[in-house]
Amino acid sequence: MEEIKFSEKSLALVNKIIKRYPEGRQKSALLPILHVAQAEFDGWLSPAVMDLVASVLKIKPIEVYEVASFYSMYNLEPVGKCLIEVCQTGPCWLRGSDDIVEHLQNKLNIKVGETTADGMFTLKTVECLGSCGTAPMLQCGAKFHENLTTEKVDALVEDLRATNARSSYMR
Amino acid sequence: MEKPLTQHMRGDGAPLSLKEYERAGGYQALRKALKEMEPKAVTTLVKESNLRGRGGAGFLTGMKWSFVPMNVPKPKYLICNADEMEPGTFKDRILLEQTPHQLIEGMILAAYAIQADQSYVFLRWAYKLAAKVITQAIEEAYAAGYLGKNILGSGFDLDMHLHTGVGRYMCGEETALLNSLEGKRATPRAKPPFPQISGLFGKPTIVNNVETLCCIPHIVNRGTDWFKNLSPGADAGTKIYGVSGKVKKPGAWELPMTVTMRELIEDYAGGMQDGLKFRGALPGGASTDFLVEEHLDVRMDYTGVAAAGSRLGTGTMIILDDHTSVVGFVRNLEHFFAQESCGFCTPCREGLPWIEKVLHTIEIGEGKPEDIKTLEFHTKYLGPGNTFCALAPGAMEPLQSALKYFRKDFEELIRHKISA
Ligand SMILES: NC(=O)C1=CN([C@@H]2O[C@H](COP(=O)(O)OP(=O)(O)OC[C@H]3O[C@@H](n4cnc5c(N)ncnc54)[C@H](O)[C@@H]3O)[C@@H](O)[C@H]2O)C=CC1
Ligand SMILES: Cc1cc2nc3c(=O)[nH]c(=O)nc-3n(C[C@H](O)[C@H](O)[C@H](O)COP(=O)(O)O)c2cc1C
Ligand code: SF4
Ligand code: FES
Repeated sequence: MEEIKFSEKSLALVNKIIKRYPEGRQKSALLPILHVAQAEFDGWLSPAVMDLVASVLKIKPIEVYEVASFYSMYNLEPVGKCLIEVCQTGPCWLRGSDDIVEHLQNKLNIKVGETTADGMFTLKTVECLGSCGTAPMLQCGAKFHENLTTEKVDALVEDLRATNARSSYMR
Repeated sequence: MEKPLTQHMRGDGAPLSLKEYERAGGYQALRKALKEMEPKAVTTLVKESNLRGRGGAGFLTGMKWSFVPMNVPKPKYLICNADEMEPGTFKDRILLEQTPHQLIEGMILAAYAIQADQSYVFLRWAYKLAAKVITQAIEEAYAAGYLGKNILGSGFDLDMHLHTGVGRYMCGEETALLNSLEGKRATPRAKPPFPQISGLFGKPTIVNNVETLCCIPHIVNRGTDWFKNLSPGADAGTKIYGVSGKVKKPGAWELPMTVTMRELIEDYAGGMQDGLKFRGALPGGASTDFLVEEHLDVRMDYTGVAAAGSRLGTGTMIILDDHTSVVGFVRNLEHFFAQESCGFCTPCREGLPWIEKVLHTIEIGEGKPEDIKTLEFHTKYLGPGNTFCALAPGAMEPLQSALKYFRKDFEELIRHKISA
């Protein structure tokens, strides 16, 4: 199997993050570093990636698995290039998030939790993202798309298709 | 009407730069405190200002700080809770994105008061723009000598870091936050000991909400009388209120804590959308009890909302209209709480999915008369004192109050076997 490594740029970021915590407390860097890893390795955390993170932090792999499986923001399965996360909580629900989800399911021809056959889109529903005053909303990469209408969703999907790039979570 | 927290915002959503913040009087409070005030005097000032925590529980901030032991070896920690995930709540995001230095100055002052030497902004992962803004502002503050060693020549040292957490409701509960910051699962710790005595890595720690910390520079600058007079009622300071749901203009506004629910909904949020009527509101986020029409003139302060049978919580209300299914809405909220339960204690882990299921059954027209009893049983069983943290009792507040005010909605769906 090919050995996986962080790129030099990510490794520099990883080392910078570790320095934010006291000596001997490098485990505190685990959650932020899992984000770096997820961004670098195609948007999800394979067991090999989690093992890499464990070795960088000098902790046991189980300590990484335990944490990664607890927090819903980590993807433990492969995801499409663009992960579309629609908020479905109260304020967004009141303003039609179900219709947005329905529209996306039809448009992309997948159900929530699935990835399109071409590997382009994964659709997920998530809980409140702090945009309740501009509901309904979705997040794609680092970007919030607010005050959604089905027209806006169409434009976004076309745009993402045309760009054909992996959505970045790193700003 | 004074709006100390938001009045200097640029209006275009971009963050106030260090220069702009300084021009608006920024970092004067820090200069004053470091030069003229003992740490204890800052705590006393905040205590006398009557500032209550804006994270939802409303605990007196100065009182909380006074529990931190003073003559103990370093490190001590000051943590800003920027995990904001109470449904309906988006006030901290505005402060984080638009006035980062106001928060940083508040944090330095708080750290000085408790003599902390390390500080973290615990930010939820989804707030990417805020992450960028805060990272840059922290760098600017270091470069200007407001952070680091020997701040402004005072001999006081403080480091500050951004910690990007993860998107889970539980991470905002202060002891679960500490576990998460240590790289563990976000399950709560037993209190006591409170974090003030034994917090991050077992060291004395203060956790405060973003909005709470943003008030501090203004209290130091303008004094306790001024702060108290911002709200002529029982509470002190302004509050950032929010309104979401089917109103004409959802949003957030900084106002005196004497504003009523009616004023917020009608004058600020533009009233209900055309053709819709107000049925109820969760005044302080999803984890608070419904208030209804008869409460519209209730003052949105801690005592007013509590007297009406709910909680001010985060002060950000969600409106229920007459075209929305009550049962569907409550089912949606209980789904949220069930998803976000950390699974640590049984009543919450098992009870919330059960509640969600019962509500769903009623919603689709398959409910039975005894289902209401089952729901009522749970509101007691998951209530205060029966679970490890406040998530489960909070989850019961919209349910128990919906059963009180909108019982007919539940009964009709069950009786007529119709779906919502
Ligand atoms: N802002 C948000 O996104 C969210 C806010 N909340 C709010 O959180 C609230 C519950 O928070 P909790 O921290 O569980 O409330 P709590 O009442 O246990 O604690 C509030 C604060 O006061 C301190 N405190 C309380 N009693 C103390 C004592 N005897 N000695 C020393 N310190 C003491 C605690 O350390 C804590 O900092 C709810 O009211 C809810 O509205 C809940 C979810 C999300
Ligand atoms: C499940 C749960 C989630 C919470 N989330 C937050 C949060 O996101 N932000 C926050 O400031 N307080 C949150 N709190 C309240 C904190 O535990 C704590 O009371 C608060 O950070 C103290 O700050 P304050 O005194 O400045 O309000 C939460 C509480 C519970 C029970
Ligand atoms: S009440 Fe729920 S969220 Fe809180 S500790 Fe128990 S299981 Fe976890
Ligand atoms: S409910 Fe969707 S952003 Fe808050």
